[in-house]
Amino acid sequence: MSRRLAYDGVVAAMPVTVPYARYSTHAAHWWLGRALAALIRESGIAKADIDGVCVSSFTLGPDTAVGLMQHLGMSPRWLDHIPMGGASGVVALRRAARAVQAGDAEVIACIAGDTNHVDSFRHTVSQFSRFAQDAVYPYGAGGPNASFALLTDHYMRQYGATREDFGKLCVAQRDNALRNPHALMRKPLTLAQYLDARPITDPIHLFDCVMPCAGAEGFLVMTEERARALKLPGVRIRSTIERHNAYPDDPIQFRGGWAMDRDALYEHAGVSPADVDFIETYDDYPVINMLQFEDLGFCAKGEAPAFVREHGFTIDGSFPFNTSGGQLSVGQAGAAGGYLGLVQALRQLTNAAGAMQVADARIGLVSGFGMINYDRGLCSGAALLERGTA
Amino acid sequence: MTDAAPKPKRKNPVARTRLPTLPPASRSRAALGLARAAAEGRFEMQACADCGAVQYPPREVCGSCLSERLDWREVANGGALIATTTLRHSNDAYFRERLPWRVGTVKMDAGPSAVAHVHEDCQEASRVRLALKLDRSGQAVLHALPAEDTPNMNDSPQLRETHCDPKHRRVLVTDGRSTLGRAMVKASLDAGAATVFVGDPATWKADAGFDAFVASDPRIEPVALDVTDTDSVDRLAASIGAKVEILINTADHLRDGGVMHARDVGLARDAFDVNVLGLMRLAQAFGPTMCFRAADGTHGAVAWVNLLSIHALAALPARGAWSASKAAALSAALTLRAEFGGAGIRVMNVFPGPIDDEWEQLTPPPKLAPSAVAAAVVRGLRDGVEDLYVGDVAEELRARLRDNHKAVERELGG
Repeated sequence: MSRRLAYDGVVAAMPVTVPYARYSTHAAHWWLGRALAALIRESGIAKADIDGVCVSSFTLGPDTAVGLMQHLGMSPRWLDHIPMGGASGVVALRRAARAVQAGDAEVIACIAGDTNHVDSFRHTVSQFSRFAQDAVYPYGAGGPNASFALLTDHYMRQYGATREDFGKLCVAQRDNALRNPHALMRKPLTLAQYLDARPITDPIHLFDCVMPCAGAEGFLVMTEERARALKLPGVRIRSTIERHNAYPDDPIQFRGGWAMDRDALYEHAGVSPADVDFIETYDDYPVINMLQFEDLGFCAKGEAPAFVREHGFTIDGSFPFNTSGGQLSVGQAGAAGGYLGLVQALRQLTNAAGAMQVADARIGLVSGFGMINYDRGLCSGAALLERGTA
Repeated sequence: MTDAAPKPKRKNPVARTRLPTLPPASRSRAALGLARAAAEGRFEMQACADCGAVQYPPREVCGSCLSERLDWREVANGGALIATTTLRHSNDAYFRERLPWRVGTVKMDAGPSAVAHVHEDCQEASRVRLALKLDRSGQAVLHALPAEDTPNMNDSPQLRETHCDPKHRRVLVTDGRSTLGRAMVKASLDAGAATVFVGDPATWKADAGFDAFVASDPRIEPVALDVTDTDSVDRLAASIGAKVEILINTADHLRDGGVMHARDVGLARDAFDVNVLGLMRLAQAFGPTMCFRAADGTHGAVAWVNLLSIHALAALPARGAWSASKAAALSAALTLRAEFGGAGIRVMNVFPGPIDDEWEQLTPPPKLAPSAVAAAVVRGLRDGVEDLYVGDVAEELRARLRDNHKAVERELGG
């Protein structure tokens, strides 16, 4: 295999969040437009100087990124539409970084957002994919809750994870969310409350589920030089990976594509798991966090329950994790959920995390996971990010 | 262990009747291959003709070697239940009304993993049998069943959603004077039907045998019904229409005679009046009420059975007019299936070979005993199939039709 190029000279900058709302009467275009406006306003870049755009959204239909450009009056020379759900942020970052590095675009706005009408979620779930429509939705129409319940049931049976283990992660995330002004969940959560919550699809209970909402996230990718000129603190990309439909012969998902690519990730980045100061995982359900701890090399397969029992996961804990509160406590704004961890990592590495700041954070790991096309999440990605010097 | 389904309680006449809803029905065209197998109670999966890989969910090209030569093949239905969940929430109105609902992941012996409805008697992490069943929307779904039969397993509420079991239901057999009609009544009673309304097309004609038959079981209720008389059909529907949960149309007018050498169309008109227009009269009179009652309690209206003939599919020139009426009845039944579909009522078409009764005296054996046809119909209702081929003659003709329908035309005509 040829040696991969480093992401030299490129940075990600300017994390923005359009504050989430449980329900919105606006269209996805509104949320994506607000994200782009925030990027422009806060970076001081002229709208016309953004010559690349990368879009992710579930509710933009019938439009794609193309229609959105006319809607927003943009004329980019580079445009991408990434329909990868929870992996969208990492994938957008790596696509944009290479485009900037190659000179195909100078400043790329990466935006993800979705609206949430009262009936949006049912609509999205019932038409999510062909395999889901043929072979999952007719089986009780439980949506992602049911799919993840099956993975969780299998994982608990196989590796001895308990509800207390999942609860510890959820409680820590809620603790982190209490410091996040954008989080929709504002009340503290105790382990007892977690355990006593009503069952949704066994073994998934209420606090294992994310709350669908409306919202948008965004960031910019540009050369280090450009960021310096704009006086924008930049974040360097040490390495990234993505993988789709990993391990198709596994009878049920107990690992994700990270396990295939993590060695390449750390080698390319020149860091090891021990160097990581905080991690932002894709947390649509707690079991997926455990898969990421294992598959990204923080512990061996099946040892995540023990790992969870050993560590603290709050911002000041021994393993700072999902420092925004994650989707479980902030809310899941559709495709923006795939940006949440990345945008939060950019905040951490540019000292913009406020009360959520992890002390001395230098290296952050962001991981994405998306698209239960049939019985498992198909897209996985991860990025190792480093505080910039500018 | 499954509890035996209790006898339904008397309906509260002022309570709002539960209206029928359907499980999600949208499927890709490739996935409808499952419906073809489920319609006849077979277990088939898509398999690659080139590399042999079994595919699930169904695909357009082989997920292994990318060949487009995908066939449907009977495969082993065993598997291992590797994960389960009980839904206490659903995004869909049909399931919402039927929670909790158990589903799981089955690693099939044939290869792929499948999400399936899971029977309450399946132990966690155990061996299971998979069955393809038609759900209330008429679409094929996988049900994981315990590896060995368990007591009352067919009474499990989830499985009952795919079945049309006569047990505790009220059945109308439209013509109880025929040999087949009587056999159908008896089989329904044996299956635990609560009441069997027995149509009598000739109340003016004394028949001591028939009288003794209707007196033989207190659950039999004789009713006047002449399917060629719109008033008679309407009167009966007005009287018992809201009580019929399964309608079995046994009315038939079988006479010898072709098309060209008949002196007039009198025989053909009579056959069509009973077999085609009779079916339509019954549908117009009983159908709408059955649709309304499709989700009424635990034993709502559930099935409409048409006793057709294998000659609905392949004309028998010696009985050309009758064959034409059966073919027309099949066509009408397919429309009826579409019309009942919105309520989730199953239309089961039965294609028997020749039946050993007074109208088939000269037909050489093998002929089906009327009781065998009736037993097959009850089995078909319990299995929830929608196309039922009964007997060796029917099975053979069907295979020959699939193989070369032009050969069948020539051979039946010869």
